Amino acid sequence: MRFRTRTSPHMVPGHSVGHLMRQVLYALIPGTLAMAWFFGWGVLVNVVLSVLFAVMFEALMVKLRRRPVAVTLGDSSAVLAGWLFALAIPPLAPVWVLLVGTGFAIVVAKHLYGGLGYNPFNPAMVGYVVVLVSFPRELSLWPSPQGLMEGSFTLWQTLQTTLTGRLPEGLDWDAITRASPLDMMRESLVTGQTVGEVARSPVFGSFSQTEWEWAGNLFLLGGLWLLYRRVITWHIPVSMLLSLATIAGIFWVFDPDQFASPAFHVFSGAAIIGAFFIATDPVSAATTPLGRVLFGIGIGILTYVIRTWGGYPDGVAFAVLLMNMVAPTLDHYTRPRIFGHSGDGRG
Amino acid sequence: MITSGYGDIIREGLWTNNPGLVQLLGLCPLLAISGTVVNALGLGLATIATLLISNTLVSLLREHVRPEIRIPVYVLIIASAVTAIELVMNAWFHGLFLVLGIFIPLIVTNCAIIGRAEAFASRNSVPRAALDGLAMGVGFTGVLVAIGALREIVGQGSLLDNAHLLFGEWGRDLRIELFPQEHGFLLALLPPGAFLAMGLLIAVKNLIDAGLEARAAPSATTEPAEPAPSQS
Repeated sequence: MRFRTRTSPHMVPGHSVGHLMRQVLYALIPGTLAMAWFFGWGVLVNVVLSVLFAVMFEALMVKLRRRPVAVTLGDSSAVLAGWLFALAIPPLAPVWVLLVGTGFAIVVAKHLYGGLGYNPFNPAMVGYVVVLVSFPRELSLWPSPQGLMEGSFTLWQTLQTTLTGRLPEGLDWDAITRASPLDMMRESLVTGQTVGEVARSPVFGSFSQTEWEWAGNLFLLGGLWLLYRRVITWHIPVSMLLSLATIAGIFWVFDPDQFASPAFHVFSGAAIIGAFFIATDPVSAATTPLGRVLFGIGIGILTYVIRTWGGYPDGVAFAVLLMNMVAPTLDHYTRPRIFGHSGDGRG
Repeated sequence: MITSGYGDIIREGLWTNNPGLVQLLGLCPLLAISGTVVNALGLGLATIATLLISNTLVSLLREHVRPEIRIPVYVLIIASAVTAIELVMNAWFHGLFLVLGIFIPLIVTNCAIIGRAEAFASRNSVPRAALDGLAMGVGFTGVLVAIGALREIVGQGSLLDNAHLLFGEWGRDLRIELFPQEHGFLLALLPPGAFLAMGLLIAVKNLIDAGLEARAAPSATTEPAEPAPSQS
């Protein structure tokens, strides 16, 4: 016998925070595996260690604040913050970079502001920006897939490198690392090469370096799944990627030698993972529909501006933090009209 | 405040009403110049001297200044004091003068100074006003040096770097190196580091105050009216 629900009102079981966070974690898996495929064990080592540290710091802070530890850890938000942070860090980064970054993310950006639900800034991005401005050298060493293959990095060697900060015998950083696509584009343009010359380099796929494209594709897949599951709404990812592509397109049409194509911008760096996983953080993003669209547009434009004229190759993290700052104001001015009331929404 | 004793004035300036940690005044130099201990100490000493001179002069002239124009007069007094101190530093601490740059003339705009002139010196006798200026100045300098030390240690792994700018040639030996500079935590030297250090210091002060209160409370009342919250 089947019970069919016919007439409203219905009681719908609410999604708990932990439920949502875990869905985001599942959606991260394909992209993470793709990165691990291209960049080696280091990606997985980073994810495991960062998640471990993040959970440790979370437990410590919750204990210090005399809240129930098990309940807070159960919402998986620390796991997610640690994971997102790990994906932003080069795979062979020394362990203290992970420790400092996750520490800042959880202790300062999250719990000093009052814990989950009160943090105005995205914790993972705060952690990443802190280590990025503090340890520029360690954060620039992205290994190249070919270099790693020549060194045939085993899991054991990766662990050793992460824990000691030194490479195994016979390898040096210059041999195994390579500029990321955004770095490469930036350096080459400074030295007078054109965008076309950079893009003809053998490491480039259709739009950007092959491995970044594929990681991007799989993160896109995870993001679409999140959309399908209604964990996130379309407003932020679509408006962010569209605005990034639009502003990149305007400059590209204007001077294709000096400015990279919209597809390059969308498929390089953290644009896709940022659009679906970072900018959509339910706590620090805007919450009204129009507010979310403006929030996404702001991130897209700022990302392009920072990438093109700023001091750092990728601007997603900075753009997200900057827009986090204006998110409350956006919410204030974009409150939707309440049904039955006139314009200003106050009723 | 009229009846407060000399001990109270000192305690106010150094702790309970500290210009840096409690009144949160003069944050601009506090955050901008606290990159190293020597910079912090140099600006702190200049601020102490300014506070001492301005408080004394304001207190001396308090009977002769009409209330309608008191603020411009105070500003003139403070600006004169700062100009004199700037000239002195230019003559005898030229290296430090160059490092501190615009922040020496900017002492004029330090709200802590005009705040003390208006709130205390204009209503109190000369010795009390001078003592207040000294206590507030030392309190401000203490915070400045504490932030400077924190940022210098974390950011570049040294202490008392460039001490010869303040103490003369023998100051070079004062430099203590805790770890090589390239392992420093760069964020501490950048502006966010100043805000973080400031926030941590205020938190520590509040923690100490809470601890002192908790210790004082049971001794004040022999029988607590309600069961005390369990604190570990």
